[in-house]
Amino acid sequence: MISLRNVSKWFGNFQVLNNCSTEVAKGEVVVVCGPSGSGKSTLIKCVNGLEPFQKGEVLVDGISVGAARTDLPKLRSRVGMVFQHFELFPHMSVLANLTLAQVKVLGRTPQSAQSKGLKLLERVGLTAHKDKFPGQLSGGQQQRVAIARALCMDPIAMLFDEPTSALDPEMINEVLDVMVELAQEGMTMMVVTHEMGFANKVAHRVIFMDEGKIVEDAPKDEFFGTPRSERAQLFLSKILHH
Amino acid sequence: MKYNWNWGILLEAEPGGSGTYLQYLLVGLAWTLATALAAWVIALAIGAIVGTLRTTPYRWVERACAAYVELFRNIPLLVQMFLWFFVLPELLPKALGDAVKQMPPPWGSYLPAVLCLGLYMSVRIAEQVRAGIQSLPRGQQMAGTALGLTLPQTYRYVLLPMTFRIILPPLTSEFMNTIKNSAVALTIGLLELTGRARAMQEFSFQVFEAFAAATVIYLLLNVVVVFGMRRLERRVRVPGFIAAGSGAAQAGH
Amino acid sequence: MFGGFDFDVIQRSFAYLFREGMVFTVTLTLLAMSGGIVLGTLLAMMRLSSHAFVSAPAGAYVNLMRSVPLVLVIFWFYFLVPWLGGWVIGAREPIKVGAFWSCVITFTLFEAAYYCEIMRAGIQSISRGQVAAGYAIGLNYWQTMGHVVLPQAFRNMTPVLLTQTVILFQDTSLVYVLSVTDFLGAAAKVANRDHRLVEMYLFAALVYFTVSFAASYAVRRLQSRIAVIR
Repeated sequence: MISLRNVSKWFGNFQVLNNCSTEVAKGEVVVVCGPSGSGKSTLIKCVNGLEPFQKGEVLVDGISVGAARTDLPKLRSRVGMVFQHFELFPHMSVLANLTLAQVKVLGRTPQSAQSKGLKLLERVGLTAHKDKFPGQLSGGQQQRVAIARALCMDPIAMLFDEPTSALDPEMINEVLDVMVELAQEGMTMMVVTHEMGFANKVAHRVIFMDEGKIVEDAPKDEFFGTPRSERAQLFLSKILHH
Repeated sequence: MKYNWNWGILLEAEPGGSGTYLQYLLVGLAWTLATALAAWVIALAIGAIVGTLRTTPYRWVERACAAYVELFRNIPLLVQMFLWFFVLPELLPKALGDAVKQMPPPWGSYLPAVLCLGLYMSVRIAEQVRAGIQSLPRGQQMAGTALGLTLPQTYRYVLLPMTFRIILPPLTSEFMNTIKNSAVALTIGLLELTGRARAMQEFSFQVFEAFAAATVIYLLLNVVVVFGMRRLERRVRVPGFIAAGSGAAQAGH
Repeated sequence: MFGGFDFDVIQRSFAYLFREGMVFTVTLTLLAMSGGIVLGTLLAMMRLSSHAFVSAPAGAYVNLMRSVPLVLVIFWFYFLVPWLGGWVIGAREPIKVGAFWSCVITFTLFEAAYYCEIMRAGIQSISRGQVAAGYAIGLNYWQTMGHVVLPQAFRNMTPVLLTQTVILFQDTSLVYVLSVTDFLGAAAKVANRDHRLVEMYLFAALVYFTVSFAASYAVRRLQSRIAVIR
C-alpha cells in the first residue's frame, strides 16, 4: 500500500533523511520511533507529499507521490493524517471541521457529509460536541475529532504524527483506544509515537530511526525481544521502564 | 501626447539664484534632515519618559500619560502643524505671541515644525517603549526588586537597557516616519525637500523630473538610515538573546 | 487669553463644514479603504507567493510606497494620473481627472501598501500546522487559503485594519496641499475668509479628535469580542 524506496531529503546542506526504504502492506500497522531529530516526522510527511524529497520514490497505492503529474490534493484526500497539535480549524465548529473537505474535495452533498460526520463523531464518542468550537474542547477531545475528520474522507491509509505527544497524561488513553480500535478493524496505519505500549498491542512492525536513517525495521516481537542494533537497544532501555 | 523630458533640468540654474536645481533640492534635503533630527531628539526624550511612566504602577501617572498619547494620536499631523503655527501665537500672552510671530523665516516655520513633529512622534515612541517594557518577562522586575533595587533603579539597570535593544527595529521605522512626516511642514512654509520639489515643478514645468529626483533622494535616505540602524543594532546586541519577534505589523506610518 | 475670539463663526459655517468638507473626507476615506484593502489583499498574496517574479514586483511596490512621504505621493499622482490615463486611452492630451478622483486613486494605492503589510503579517501568523492540516485532507492551495487561512487571518487582523483606516481618515487632511475642500480645507477656507484662524483650527482639531478617538475606542471594544478562541 505504502512504499518508500531510497528516500533522501536535505534541508539546505543538512541531510534529514538518508536512503530510507520500507513497505507498509494493506492492513499493516507500522510504528516509527526514535529520538528527537531522527527524521521520523519528516519521513511520514513525505508519504502524503507534505514534505518534498530530493531523492528516491514514494508510492501510495501505486501512485508516485513525487511525480510531477500526480494530483496531490486528490491523493491526500485518500490518505488521512493526524497531527501532534491536532490542527482543528478553530474558526469552524466541530461538525464543520468534519464536513469541509468532504464537500469541497470529495464533492459530497452537505447532507451526506453531515451524516457521515455525525456517524464518525459517534464512533469516537463525541456526538454531544458537534456544535462546539475546538477551543472549547480538551486536548484529548480535539485529537479524537481530528481522527474523525481524517476518517470522514474514507481513507485507504492513516498517518499519525506523534498523536499523543501534546496531550496531558490522563487523556492519552482515550486517543490510543480509538487508534487501537482502528487498527483492529484492519486500517493500514503508519504511526510515529513514543507510546511503546500501543506498539506492543497493535503494531505488526516497528521501525527505529536515528539521524535520518532507518536503523531497524523488524516485526514487533523481534524488535521488543531481541533488537539487533545497539542504538535501538539503548533507546528502548531508556524509555521502556515507564 | 508629448511630455518634454529634460533630465538636464537638474543641472540648470534655478530662478532664485542659489545654484542648480539639484543643489536647490539638496538644500531641501538638509532642511528635511535638520527638522527630522531635531524633532527626533525631542521625540526620544519625551517618548521614553512617557512610555516608561505608563508602565509604572501609579494610576494617575498612567492616566495622564494615556491622555497625552490619545491627544496627540487622534489629531492629524497637519492640523497639529496649523495649531502650532497659526493658533499658538494667538493664545500666548501678547508680548510672547508677537515675538513668535515676528520670527524671521525660515525660523518662523522651522521651530513650530520641529516642536510639532517632535511631540507628534513622541507619542509613537512612547507606545513602542511601553510595548517593549511590557514584553519583558515579569520575572525581570521581580528579580531586580528581590535584590533590593528600588523601582527607578530596576527601570534604569534591568528593564530599560533590554527594552531599547528590543525596540531598535521599530524605532528605525519611526525615524523614517519622522523624516517622511517632515514633508507636512511645507504647508507652513518650511522649504524642505518635498516643498522644493513642488517649487521646482512650478518654476520649470518639468513635473516628473522634479518629483523623481525627490523620490530617489528619499529612497537613498531610506537605505542609509536602515544601514546605519543595522550597524547600531549589531554594536549593542546582547549575545545569545533573540528578541521575541513581534510578527504582528503595526498600523500607521 | 480667549478674549476677542468669535466662536460663533463655527456655528455659522457648520453646514458648509460638514456638508461639503466632512462628506468629502468620509467619502474619500471609505473609497480608499475599500480599494486599499482589496488591492492590499492581492499584494499580500503576491508577496507570499513562492514565485519570485510575482513576489518581487509586489515587494518593490510596497517598499516604494512606504519609503516616500504621502505629500509627495499626492503630488505624483495628481500629475501622473492624467498623463497615464491619456496614454492608456491613446488621447492627444492628458485627460482631465479632477482633484477628487486623483485623491481617491492616490490614497487607494498608497494605503494598499500599508494594508498589504498588515495582511501579510496576519496571514503569516496562522501556524503552518493549519496549512498542513488543510493540505492533508486534500484541499488545494486556493481552498486552504480560502477556507482555513484567510478566515482566521481576517478575524485577527480586522482590528489592525480598522486602526489603519482611522489613520487613513486623518491622512486625508493632507489633500490640503492640492487646495481641495475636505473638512480641514473647508475650515481653512472659512478661517481665511473671516480671519478666524484660531477658532476654526481649534474646532477642526476637536472634530478630528472626537471622530478618531471614538473610532479607536470602538475598535478596541471590537478586538476583545472577535478574537478567535484557540
